[in-house]
Amino acid sequence: MNVPLSPVPDLDGAFRRKDLLGLAELSREEILYLLHTAVRFKEISERAIKKVPTLRGKSVVHLFMEPSTRTKTSFDVAAKRLSADTFAVGGSSSATSKGETLIDTARNIEAMRPDILVLRHRHPGSAHLLARLLDCGVINAGDGSHEHPTQALLDIMTIRERLGSIEGRSVCIVGDIAHSRVVRSNIHGLRKLGAQVRVCGPPTMIPVGVERLGVEVHEDLRSAIDGVDVIMMLRIQMERMGRRGQLYPSEREYANRWGLNLQTMQYARQDVLVMHPGPINRGVEMAPEVADGPWSIILEQVTNGVAVRMAVMYLLTPQGGR
Amino acid sequence: MSERVIMDHLAVTRAIRRIASEIAEDAGGGADLALVGIHTGGVPVCRRIGKALAEQEGVSPPVGEMDITLYRDDIYTGLERPEVGQTTLPFDVDGSHIVLVDDVLFTGRTVRAALDQLWDFGRPRCIWLAVLVDRGHRELPIAARYVGRTVDTLMDDRVVVDVTAEMSADTDRVVLVRTGRDG
Repeated sequence: MNVPLSPVPDLDGAFRRKDLLGLAELSREEILYLLHTAVRFKEISERAIKKVPTLRGKSVVHLFMEPSTRTKTSFDVAAKRLSADTFAVGGSSSATSKGETLIDTARNIEAMRPDILVLRHRHPGSAHLLARLLDCGVINAGDGSHEHPTQALLDIMTIRERLGSIEGRSVCIVGDIAHSRVVRSNIHGLRKLGAQVRVCGPPTMIPVGVERLGVEVHEDLRSAIDGVDVIMMLRIQMERMGRRGQLYPSEREYANRWGLNLQTMQYARQDVLVMHPGPINRGVEMAPEVADGPWSIILEQVTNGVAVRMAVMYLLTPQGGR
Repeated sequence: MSERVIMDHLAVTRAIRRIASEIAEDAGGGADLALVGIHTGGVPVCRRIGKALAEQEGVSPPVGEMDITLYRDDIYTGLERPEVGQTTLPFDVDGSHIVLVDDVLFTGRTVRAALDQLWDFGRPRCIWLAVLVDRGHRELPIAARYVGRTVDTLMDDRVVVDVTAEMSADTDRVVLVRTGRDG
């Protein structure tokens, strides 16, 4: 597939970071360089042999302390297409369930000399902590409600593929803004590349002071999606519904006011693009007719996720002699 | 440091025309023939050979380009990670007859990487190598079938090729830059 390419961002030819922790700390040029590199890696997944020898002999450890299927699979596919060896640690089978601290777990993993550690953890800042402690490259695959940089990069890559550029585009993010790491990373990335960002959701799911990140807040979905280029829907976490979570009374009420369906889509532009980081709660935040409709670019997001993660691993793998 | 122009526009154009007619002669009818330029310097040379083949010989093989960065043998050995370029092969590699094109043939390591990469796209029937300049100092058992000019160089000389994809441009030059003390 031929993807429109913008000129190589001026980064003096190199991306010099040990870790990818969030988009908050990246410059506009660094984000553009990552995206530029990801576009080049996309083509590898379309080859007869979907593999390059670049990371042969390098090790990538996936430390996932929270359930994850798609992100973990995506990182694993990316690492294997670069010929790295991958090792998965985590979940209930890990030593953490026996009382080991995150730092001890990480030090033990490092003693096995990996080149890259991919971390998913429920505590914000855990990737930053490990990045300071460990010599290997650390990729944040989601730290609580803080950041999920590769998700935002793949979202932005997908929008850029469709619309050519991010500058001057408008994106509306709908859902649980307060608890979403996807939103935080996307707001940083989209704003740095010059997009206008709106957020929309129940007041209980809008964090106080979110305007300070340079976004417009809407409570009404119809006004929020009016005229935007992209609608990014978030997954509603069921555990935040009803009695236990207290953020919203019921799924049905949420679907009526903030769900995207054929009726609400009439308030959006006809050529609007609809995205979702997955997994979708069909019938809650998004009706099946929308998820499978002509607006949806959800599966393109998944494809681009592999390319973004390949690019990040390529750029972060530390130098080492042969 | 000294600089010497070793090929001017006329010399470059003649070399490319000669390589094109030799390819046409060797390839017979040219069925399954395809040209692949190696990024970055091989790409314009490859396009020029493609144009010469069309003009002189009436054959228009598909022209692809390939970036070999991800197949380099020195990628994580202290250099900064190079930018990854575009790879586009607009033909079926299986059974094809590929002429791989680069601007300068030196240690042969780039060609080794290019061969490995081509194999991941399919199984070509054969691969020939064409270069504008062969400057010697091979470190691998690799030789070019078509050479524009053979130049004696010192190990730390640089050969700078400035060739555009357009036939009409008269700015082509190949310069030998000698950095040694006695240069």
